[in-house]
Amino acid sequence: MQLVDEFRDPALAQALLSRIDQLMTQTPLAEREVVRVMEVCGGHTHTIFRYGLDQLLPQGLELVHGPGCPVCVLPRACIDTAIAMAQQSDVILASFGDALRVPGSHKSLLQARAEGVDVRTVYSPLDALELARKHPEKEVVFLAIGFETTIPATAMTLIQAEQEGVDNFSMLARHISIIPTLQALLDDPELAVDAFIGPGHVSMVIGTAPYQFVSQRYQRPLVVSGFEPLDLLQSIHMVLEQLATGQPKVENQYARVVSEAGNAQACVAIHALFEPAQSSEWRGLGAIEGSGLQFRTAFSHFDAEQRFAAVLQSEPAATPEYACCGEVLRGSLKPRACPLFGRECTPEHPVGALMVSSEGACAACYQYRGDETP
Amino acid sequence: MCLGIPGEIVALETDDLAWVEISGVRRQVSLACLLDEQTRAEDLLGQWVLVHVGFAMSLIDRDEAQRTLALLQEMQQMEQESENAAG
Repeated sequence: MQLVDEFRDPALAQALLSRIDQLMTQTPLAEREVVRVMEVCGGHTHTIFRYGLDQLLPQGLELVHGPGCPVCVLPRACIDTAIAMAQQSDVILASFGDALRVPGSHKSLLQARAEGVDVRTVYSPLDALELARKHPEKEVVFLAIGFETTIPATAMTLIQAEQEGVDNFSMLARHISIIPTLQALLDDPELAVDAFIGPGHVSMVIGTAPYQFVSQRYQRPLVVSGFEPLDLLQSIHMVLEQLATGQPKVENQYARVVSEAGNAQACVAIHALFEPAQSSEWRGLGAIEGSGLQFRTAFSHFDAEQRFAAVLQSEPAATPEYACCGEVLRGSLKPRACPLFGRECTPEHPVGALMVSSEGACAACYQYRGDETP
Repeated sequence: MCLGIPGEIVALETDDLAWVEISGVRRQVSLACLLDEQTRAEDLLGQWVLVHVGFAMSLIDRDEAQRTLALLQEMQQMEQESENAAG
C-alpha cells in the first residue's frame, strides 16, 4: 500500500534501532536505570505488539501503554444505558464493532442482540444516519465514542441530519478529549513516565499546539507520531534525543498528515455541537475534569439520553472492576501481571475492557504474544 | 479506533461526497471536513487523504513523506559508513 509500505522498511528500522541503542549507552541516559516512554494512543500500542518493537529496544528502555483507546475506557454504565435504549421495541441501536463487544454490568450489546434486540454494526456514523432515512418508522440511536479523531465525524453527521430534518435519529454520545486526559495523567503522582509519544490521528484534528503544556509545565518531551513501525522508532529516537539533551519540547514526526494548527473545519464542527462536560467517569481512570463532551442546548434534541429519559433509570453506581484495567491504563502494571489475563479474561470472553479492542493493551498483548509466561 | 487509512480521491459523487481508492478498493467518503470557502471538492480530485470512519480527515503531504524517508535513508547511510570505518 502506498504511503504505508515505505514506512515498514526493515533496513531503515535497523538503522534507527542502532541510533536508539547509541543514545541509551553513549549519552547521559546511560546513567539512568530505566527510561519510560508512554505511547498515549491505542493504535500505537497495536503497532508495537504487532511488530514486536518493544522486544527490539535496548535494555533499560521501556514502553508504557497509555489510556488512548476509547473502547477501553467506556464505562459499564454506558453500555447498560445503550442496552436499555435498544430494548425499546421501535429502536435500532448502531455503533462501531468494537463498542458492541464491551461488557456492560450484565452483558454486551452483541449479547443483547443475540437475545433479539435490534443492534447493528456500522463503519461510519453516516451509515447510522442512512439507517434512519431508510427506517422512518424506527428510532435510530448511534452510540458515539472516540477521541478527537472520531468526534468530527459525529458532529458532521449531526449537522447533516439537522439540515435534512431527519428527526428519528439521535446519539448516545460518550466522546472523550485527549488534553484533559493527558493533564490528569500528568497530575497523577504515581505516573512514572519520562516522555510521551503523542497520538497522530487525534493531532491531525487538534494540531500540535495544544500539547505545549506537556513540555513547558511538566518538562516532558512529546513527539506526535505516525502509526507504522518506522514512525514509532523515529519518534522514540526523537524523545530520547530530547531526554539526552535535557530540552523537552513538542515535536512532530508525522508531518505528512499532522500540521501545527490541525483541521480547522473539523474543530469548528466539534465546537458547534458539543461543549466540555464538567466531569466524566471513565473505566479504569475514574472521573476526569472536563474530559467528556455534552451536547450544546441548540442540538440537545439529538441527545438520546434526553429523548429516552422516561425509560432510563439513573445510571447505576459504578460496579467494582475485578480486572486491573486501571493500573494497566496508567502504566503501573503490565497486562500479563493482571491475575485475570489469559485465564478468565480473553479476547473471546473479555472481563476488562482492555481485552475488547485490538488496540487495548491486553488484547494486543494476548493476540501477538499469546498467554506465554513473561 | 483512531485507525486512519491513506487513499486517493479518484472521483466525485456529489459536492461533498467522493470515491476514494484504498488498496484497489473504491469506497464513498465524505469530504465535509476538508471543504471551506477556498476549497471545493473539485480541487481535491487526485489528492491523497487519510480516511477515518467514512470521512477524509486530512490531506497527506507526499513531499513531507519523502522528506521523512530521505532523512531516515541518510541516517542509515551514516550508520553503514561508521560501521565500515569501525570494521
